[in-house]
Amino acid sequence: MKHVKSALVVAAAVGTGAVAARRTRSRAAAGDESADRWLTVTINRAPTDVMPDGTLPQPLDRMADRLEARVRPAPGDRGAELAVRLRETPSDAETSLPGRLAGEDPRQEVRTALREAKAILEAGEVMLPDTPPTTKETPVGKAIGMVARRSGGEGVL
Amino acid sequence: MKALCWQGVNELSVEQVPDPELRNDQDVIVRLVAGTTCGSDLHLIGGYIPAMRAGDVIGHEFLGEVVETGSAVRRHKVGDRVVVASFVGCGRCWYCANDLWSLCDNTNTNPGIGQALFGYESGGIFGYSHAMGGLRGSHAEYVRVPFADYGAFPVPDGVDDVSALFASDSVPTGWMGADLGGVKPGDVVAVWGCGAVGQMAARAAILLGAERVISIDRIPERLEMTERHIGSETLDYTSTDVAAELRERTGGRGPDVCIEAVGMEAHSDGPMHLYDQVKQQLRLQTDRPTAVRQAVHACRKGGTVFVLGVFAGMVDKFPLGAVVNKGLTVRGAQQHGQRYIPMLLDRMARGEISTAHLATHTMPLERAVEGYDMFKEKSDGCVRAVFTGPGRTG
Repeated sequence: MKHVKSALVVAAAVGTGAVAARRTRSRAAAGDESADRWLTVTINRAPTDVMPDGTLPQPLDRMADRLEARVRPAPGDRGAELAVRLRETPSDAETSLPGRLAGEDPRQEVRTALREAKAILEAGEVMLPDTPPTTKETPVGKAIGMVARRSGGEGVL
Repeated sequence: MKALCWQGVNELSVEQVPDPELRNDQDVIVRLVAGTTCGSDLHLIGGYIPAMRAGDVIGHEFLGEVVETGSAVRRHKVGDRVVVASFVGCGRCWYCANDLWSLCDNTNTNPGIGQALFGYESGGIFGYSHAMGGLRGSHAEYVRVPFADYGAFPVPDGVDDVSALFASDSVPTGWMGADLGGVKPGDVVAVWGCGAVGQMAARAAILLGAERVISIDRIPERLEMTERHIGSETLDYTSTDVAAELRERTGGRGPDVCIEAVGMEAHSDGPMHLYDQVKQQLRLQTDRPTAVRQAVHACRKGGTVFVLGVFAGMVDKFPLGAVVNKGLTVRGAQQHGQRYIPMLLDRMARGEISTAHLATHTMPLERAVEGYDMFKEKSDGCVRAVFTGPGRTG
């Protein structure tokens, strides 16, 4: 797939009114350095397809006012690199293991939306898991099920 | 519907489970015509693959009849007889677009688990744990096939069901080992393992022009089958020194390409087997890489080792020094079936690749537990057990 090489890096202040990012918590003061990182996917589409007019693709658009975003061409004709991060750095409690297991880390919602945006742009739909996921409940199975439910919001994005 | 479910380590049963439903517009539902056991399933059954849940339907190599199509499906209609690639590919991410289908970015619905295990997740595969996407397996009367326009292929007239079945996984996996291993005319190729995948790798090497192909196993009927149906030379590792024999047959050089088609539960007759067994049982390593070690040592300087067997985690005593100091290329992959299946079905229709002999035992899906017992124990000469379903036969 050929992409527009000359596409500019778009450092987009997205959402309503392109409000300048104002973080409510110092990045340097954050206990978890990774909580502050950009979450990034490479999408096999041109940057202009990914953020036309600086607008985030669905479903990221629903949380646009909470996000900073940027898109740039990926090297080697690999499409576009879309990066987002929360304007407000999550708290240490939210990013702790218990917080993540409880689904309280706001980055989980962002990762899930980022993956879904990529899938919609590339494949036209988000592949859903089979249902029911299995047919017999055991304690180990329940634990794996919980991990699987959180899995879309975890990982190395 | 009936389906074969994993219930715990070394425990399978055929159960009634809910029918699958169309979950996405690009899905189809197929009615099972035939499915088969795979050596990689034994790793699941034995508890070596993480993230299995009791009640999970297993199986990933199958042929079916389309009975329902999603609204966005364009290439299939009800009644089509299709062979389905075991890995699911969306067809449009960078990996699929570059024919690396088992690496699809959009088909593993549990990406965080795969990323925790491997750094980056694989694509989704039917019936192979929640780490590999959590899709239901194909040992069921009905199977949902996501992105069916990309992963299901019509079977040419003249290719019977049982033959076509192996185009789902064994044939493309074997072909991939020879192809991505870089086999070229004049090469000498050694293949560890005379199961279905090993046999197909040997056949692929022959068709790609290898001068000599030497297959290695210990099961007499598999060695005999490989000689007769594939046209490969064979070595029984229990009765000869494999490394010495390979040196002798290659003028002292060693094979140009070594293909390992054994996987994480390898056997050998040396002390390393006992060492690996103990470490694996104590969970000090997850996989037994016996055949990989042999392949690395046997391979000629500057040659290629392709790891086709399924490995899931960590191995011990990997001869990295040999890799570096002999200048080897080591490569591995799960199968990029969509890249090869149409071409392979054509070759099968022309009689260049035969697979029917692999189906040593055929039985209805209801007897799948018995089929896996035979397959695991290699009893009665079992190479592959084939399970028939309610789908219309071709």
